[in-house]
Amino acid sequence: MSQATQLPDDAFAPLTRSQHVQSLSRPSLSYWQDAWQRLRANRRAIISLYLILGLLLFTLIGPLLWRVDPALQDVDQISQPPGADRSAILTEDYQPWYGDPNTPGEGLRLAQPASTQAVRLQWEADPDAAEYRIYRNIFPVGTERALGLPLFETPANQTYFEDRLDLRPGVYFYTVVIMDSAGEETEGVILPDGQTPGSLPNQLEVEVKRVVTLSEARQRGLVDADENPPMGTEYQFAWHPLGTDYLGRDMLARLMHGARISLFIGFFAPLLYVLIGVIYGSMAGFIGGMTDQVLMRMADFVVALPFLLFMILFKVVFSIGPGESGITPMLVAMIILLWPSTARLVRGQILQIREEGYISASRLLGAQTNYLVLRHMIPNTMGVILVTLTFAVPGAIFTEAFLSFIGMGVAPPTPSWGSMCNEGIKTMLTTPHELIFPALFISITVLAFNLLGDGLRDALDARMRNRE
Amino acid sequence: MYTLKRLLLGLITIWFIATATFFGMHAVPGDPLTTDKALNPTIRENLEEKYGLDKPLGTQYVIYLQNLVQGDFGISFTQENRQVNDIIAEHFPVSATLGILAIVFSAAGGVLWGALTALYRNRLPDTIIMFLVILGISVPSFVVAAIGQLSLVNLNQTAGTSILPVGGWGTIWHMIVPSMVLGLSTMAYLTRLMRSSMLEIVNADYVRTAKAKGVPAPQIFSRHQLRNAILPVITVLGPQIAIITTGGFVVEIIFAIPGLGRYFVQAVQQLDYTVIMGTTVFYGAFLVFMVILVDLIYGFIDPRVRLE
Amino acid sequence: MSEPRIAPDSEAAYAKSAGRQLLIFGLLVVAAIVALMWVLQALAGMVGGSNANAQAINYADQTITIALAEEPPQLDSTRATDASSGMVLGHLMEGLLRMDLNDRLEPAIAERWELTTTQATFWLRKDAKWSDGRPITAHDFSFAWRTVLDPATASRYSFLLYPIKNGRAINEGKLPPDQLGVSTPDDYTVVVELENPTPFFGKMVTFQTYFPLREDFYRSTNGKYGADADKLLSSGPFVATSWVHGASMYLEKNPHYWDRDRVKLNAINIGYITSDTNATLNFFKDNKIAFTTLSAENLREALEQRWHVKREQDGTVFYLEFNHQPNRLTRNKKLRQAMQLVIDMDELVYKVTKLPGYLPGESLFPVWLMGVNDYFRKEYPAPELKLDQDRARQLLAEAKTELGLERWPELVLLSGDNPLSSIQSEWVQGVLKEKLGLELKIDKQIFKQRLEKMHAGDFDMVLGGWGPDYDDPLTFGDLFASWNVQNRGGYASDELDRLVAIAQSSVDTEERMRAFAGIQQIIFDDVVILPMYERGVTYVVHPDLHNVKRRVIGAAVDYTSAYIDRGS
Repeated sequence: MSQATQLPDDAFAPLTRSQHVQSLSRPSLSYWQDAWQRLRANRRAIISLYLILGLLLFTLIGPLLWRVDPALQDVDQISQPPGADRSAILTEDYQPWYGDPNTPGEGLRLAQPASTQAVRLQWEADPDAAEYRIYRNIFPVGTERALGLPLFETPANQTYFEDRLDLRPGVYFYTVVIMDSAGEETEGVILPDGQTPGSLPNQLEVEVKRVVTLSEARQRGLVDADENPPMGTEYQFAWHPLGTDYLGRDMLARLMHGARISLFIGFFAPLLYVLIGVIYGSMAGFIGGMTDQVLMRMADFVVALPFLLFMILFKVVFSIGPGESGITPMLVAMIILLWPSTARLVRGQILQIREEGYISASRLLGAQTNYLVLRHMIPNTMGVILVTLTFAVPGAIFTEAFLSFIGMGVAPPTPSWGSMCNEGIKTMLTTPHELIFPALFISITVLAFNLLGDGLRDALDARMRNRE
Repeated sequence: MYTLKRLLLGLITIWFIATATFFGMHAVPGDPLTTDKALNPTIRENLEEKYGLDKPLGTQYVIYLQNLVQGDFGISFTQENRQVNDIIAEHFPVSATLGILAIVFSAAGGVLWGALTALYRNRLPDTIIMFLVILGISVPSFVVAAIGQLSLVNLNQTAGTSILPVGGWGTIWHMIVPSMVLGLSTMAYLTRLMRSSMLEIVNADYVRTAKAKGVPAPQIFSRHQLRNAILPVITVLGPQIAIITTGGFVVEIIFAIPGLGRYFVQAVQQLDYTVIMGTTVFYGAFLVFMVILVDLIYGFIDPRVRLE
Repeated sequence: MSEPRIAPDSEAAYAKSAGRQLLIFGLLVVAAIVALMWVLQALAGMVGGSNANAQAINYADQTITIALAEEPPQLDSTRATDASSGMVLGHLMEGLLRMDLNDRLEPAIAERWELTTTQATFWLRKDAKWSDGRPITAHDFSFAWRTVLDPATASRYSFLLYPIKNGRAINEGKLPPDQLGVSTPDDYTVVVELENPTPFFGKMVTFQTYFPLREDFYRSTNGKYGADADKLLSSGPFVATSWVHGASMYLEKNPHYWDRDRVKLNAINIGYITSDTNATLNFFKDNKIAFTTLSAENLREALEQRWHVKREQDGTVFYLEFNHQPNRLTRNKKLRQAMQLVIDMDELVYKVTKLPGYLPGESLFPVWLMGVNDYFRKEYPAPELKLDQDRARQLLAEAKTELGLERWPELVLLSGDNPLSSIQSEWVQGVLKEKLGLELKIDKQIFKQRLEKMHAGDFDMVLGGWGPDYDDPLTFGDLFASWNVQNRGGYASDELDRLVAIAQSSVDTEERMRAFAGIQQIIFDDVVILPMYERGVTYVVHPDLHNVKRRVIGAAVDYTSAYIDRGS
């Protein structure tokens, strides 16, 4: 008892063509569009973009706002930490001094008020002395009887001494020890004015104030050329928000100017040599066999060459003259010598991926080599490539510093972060700011590139398209 | 057969390295005989004759290769009474010991931290380790070594006795801190590399299949994920061993360790021809050997990888 | 299986399980590392190393531990040129004469000597023995000196023996070594014929190149003399009993040394070899070594540790050398004078190098050189320089006219790659720009390349320095003679050459010193160079170690008379 389904005739009439039947409810995204969307949604990646933008502003706009000459030396403000006291008192020009026996007082005493220009000591001759040794300390002497730095020995007939060694504002303790004719120190010291012998060697406590002479003040622009202020006027030295370096140069200005070199090298050198490494390595890995062997042995050859020696050689080949900037040759040399590690890494990855199921499938579907490499292999090695790339950034910055140090790279006084770091290392314990600031900027750069690398990795990973 | 072919190619590579270094080194201005105090012409001639520098470069090269085939690296220019062979034989074991320890530290640390960060991606452990890693590579090795040594001094002073030696060489206690310092940047690199390659495998088909089959979690993790993710680490490790064993110059100076790296760097600065050649050829051979080893390990860890 | 089976999507549970797995791996790895370390420990024992846990001073054994900046290339007195070799050889060897603690000549293996204008005679003591117990004879000296001068030895310091008759001719290969003007009438007399009168020959024989060498032992080492501890024979206070290259050396008191009563220490343990001053400071702080030098950066640390800091002259003079070749601007005297008038070496020493012991440069002749009766610089003070920027600018303008220049081109300052010379060259660059408006290019070169450029005369100015080879003002005085290979700037002055000739051959000390004073004046007036500073050393010695002597020539730090006293 079958009953035929009754369908109206119009059921067999074609539908009117509609544009909307095939459309998707959401816009279609290409691989790269999708990647960009996911990158934008990645909080870390966005932070990193802001950081990079900030660094670029710092180096490009910074010097326009902070107009201090990064090469200007100031020997009166060497290695000043940020926020150090900057006041100085106007004083007479420095004149050589040969003692003044008429200095009022008795025993060890100051001939003139102590200043950063000089501390002038005068004392009375001791009949037993063959020589006097002058010590300076930053502490009062303790039971260990350490008198501090031995500054000088004066002969018996010279009962004065002028100390000019690295004087900074603050308190110093001076001791004058009597030496015997054999050149040995005796227990005796010259008693400071108004003191009685104690159980410990007596010291003269001296407070040193920073001074500036009129001509120096004019050079610094503190005083106009036609102005003649009275001695003793107090001035404030130029402000260095991040302190000064070992020659009294402004750290902030040097960091701004140094950023150009460091960011340039830190960005382009890794980018280029990693790129070469990726191309080379994927070729070797994809073709395989004997070609792979020969290509990889060439990579080994380059790795085994002594880096320092060939850098010196490049310097000669490029004939970099004195004082010339060797940025481009340095870039070329770094690219020539540093690509193999990436190449080897990428080749290893490709060897592994080559055997994956989707590659065979793609091949069976008639995929071309280019397509296979670009569409499947490289995106799937993107993770390790990005890690290598981000890790090459500090490497390149420090290599630049090292090469500049051996005279291939930027010529002094042009700063770079890497060389500032190298110079800061020496004073790491006494004035850490000289190391910390450049290291901090390098860290920020590395952090930014790492975050960006992470973001890109997540964004470019085809397998993560459907997640989140 | 395959290994034999590899070895032959390796030998050719070494010959290339020797040749390039030989001519490169002679092309650099200056020679081993220039010293701070200029030598008078007579003394210079005597020295040139002693070391054969008076002969044409081509002849010198042929003589060098002949000696090289016999395994004779010649006499050092700076340590005039010492054979380069002796220098390598005495100092390479030190560098190798230090280097192996550093590699073990960095590989173990790198794999562990890397796997950990991949597991806890974008969460607190990941963030903390990433900051440490960035600190580790943004601070020059000079500073790390100096800080490492300083903390040892402070440790000993606080304890009032010598817990760990501050420098020198001889016992296992001398090696711990220097090898950690030496391995630090490699460890940082491997951590990130491991994290990245782990993440690539998290969603691989075979992992999903294994999970679907109900394979116990520890087995999925160790057999599938770790094993596959570790390949790039091994790729990097091979050459890194060679680099670390000869590149520990900074650590060797600061911790007063008699390694080969010191001699190598000094040789380049002093243009000590024979020592440069000796160490470069030796190091090249070592590198070639390590790379062959890595390729063999590849096939062992991932049988799909075919090299022929 | 105790592990829970997890649902595919249960990420958290999976992570937890994997984390646990990692922890187990971690523990395994730690265990493996510990095991590996014990294996390495065993291997390291074979490699050898420093005397691991020695303290700075071992009171029971009367032994001290010290560090060395560089390893001696070899302990072969015929070849040694560097400071480390000088230091170790100074403890192992002794020559005919030596310098006492007050830097005066005293007899050593020769018990007396006689010096005339034509010859020197040394009478050896009979009780002087090598460290293997055999006597030191006159033949050991003549053999040593012939070996040094033999062209086949190719010794770099052979020129120090040129005062001996035929020395130069033998070194040039024109005469066989047996023609050397040294004769040994008997086993205990050495007679030296001199090429020219050499008034300071007595001081020359204290130097390492004049040390003795025993023929049979030297030949038995097959060209490896002094390369290892067992390939060495000592004539001095100590004997090397072990030498682990790059790591350590052990010097024990020499039981056969003729003057053994003088030596109080039983052994010197050179436990560390490193050029890093921060590292040696750390070793000192950790009570591992008994001596360390200080750099400007760690002075504060030394003061805070309340150490007894000492300072001494190191003997070396540093200066700014000018290129005097005809095609160079620096040949213009007024240009050089202008620079002389603005570069304030006091500022360099007091504000930039910042170490006590460094003295601002005033003369080519350092302060420690002896004159007739007193220090040379006391008898003949350096010419006084008064800085004058206005006068300098005026001279510079005149120089510009003389040279016919529109504007000053950039001058090239050749500089080394060590941190100190970098700082100094940048400082000079800054000063000349600020005070004279002169632009300077710094040509930074690493060691050998810098020397090559100096040698080729490829510079306008260069940072140079000179350490003495022997204890006489002549070691500095002849530097800028027109014939000297060290005179890289090519300065030539007949007057200076004439004075050098007097200083070389006169036997009248007063006349010689007057000649040196004349040289000092010419260097100043002609601005041949600009003395920058005399280097000093600042150092700390363990408080219980006494009588450590610093020397300018020979062993820089001399422990041969040192003794340990715990004090009260």
